[in-house]
Amino acid sequence: MAKALLQLIQLEFPDAVLETHSQHGDDTVVVDPGAWKAVARFCKDQLAMEMLADLTCVDWPHREPRFDVVAHLHSLSKGQRLRLKARVGDAEGEHAAIDSLTELWASANWAEREAWDMFGVVFTDHPDLRRILTYPEFVGHALRKDYPADRIQPLVPYREVENIEKLPPFDHHEGMSFGRQTHLASRGDD
Amino acid sequence: MGELKAPTTQEVLETGQGQGFATTKFEDLLAWAQKYSLFMYPFVTACCGMEFMSVSGPRFDHSRFGAEVPRFTPRQSDLLWVVGTIVQRQAPVLKRIYEQMAEPKWVLAFGTCASVGGFYDNYACVAGIDKIIPADVYIPGCPPRPEAVLDGLLLLQDKIQSGDRRPGIVKPRFDPVARPDMGVVQLRRSKHG
Repeated sequence: MAKALLQLIQLEFPDAVLETHSQHGDDTVVVDPGAWKAVARFCKDQLAMEMLADLTCVDWPHREPRFDVVAHLHSLSKGQRLRLKARVGDAEGEHAAIDSLTELWASANWAEREAWDMFGVVFTDHPDLRRILTYPEFVGHALRKDYPADRIQPLVPYREVENIEKLPPFDHHEGMSFGRQTHLASRGDD
Repeated sequence: MGELKAPTTQEVLETGQGQGFATTKFEDLLAWAQKYSLFMYPFVTACCGMEFMSVSGPRFDHSRFGAEVPRFTPRQSDLLWVVGTIVQRQAPVLKRIYEQMAEPKWVLAFGTCASVGGFYDNYACVAGIDKIIPADVYIPGCPPRPEAVLDGLLLLQDKIQSGDRRPGIVKPRFDPVARPDMGVVQLRRSKHG
């Protein structure tokens, strides 16, 4: 049933659809980021996807383009789900830009702000692209794999007391079966 | 009918009878009054709040120890209950609340997150409120048992009475490993080991 949706999108956008897959009931279309908004508009108007359930991002640090922008669409009237993906950004995470979907679904507003806050993907034509979870003073994007796992950016300076910087006992020699892993350390193991 | 007559102070002093009295130092009397009239500011941010409700409810009822009255303004409270995770974005609020409280004031770190940050070892969270404000009593647990919270409250009252401002940690009442009869699940390395 839902594979028909994939075929409809492929027929409408033969050049923009990079790949499709459908497994375990999840139907996914990977589209060219340039056609992102057009495909989304087609899904909303022609395929009755009234609801944008979620919009988020995935970081693949060893891949280029680096980020997957993922939109989960849901048709309330037809009871169908569809997932759109687009790949943006170079290896350093720069030039990650894609059209905003706020014009189509109002729920994209906060979701895109979160994706920008956490991953640094710019949503062009977004009406209010500010940080939503972290604070304006925050530098960098926290859910990128190359954001250091132990980097904190306190708003209040820590008290000047002995041993105040000591972190929780999270290392091998401190009784935990796992240690703090960073992206750079794991990259060396590959 | 006999004549009712209250003994005069002179009679009490001379005979040692009558209504009686006790001597103490003013600081001790003040500390005794303070420890049984802790007005709390509940700074409840996370899931420990459920356990906080349990402690406040009739079953465990910390009002038995004179510490139940919540004041939602820091200017009228002298015990700050920090219940739950504090994120970096919230840290200025917590510090400002603490600074607005009038002396003398005490701080109770309720649960692992408020004490050391727990497993929230990431960009977002403050690894323990003592990074920002001094804490008097740490109550470990995720969330702590209500008994542990009451232990922490009594520990704080002891500290107020003795004038001890060093931070204290609530100890477990027993070592669970040493008490298998308590029904604690034993970890096994292998099924056939």
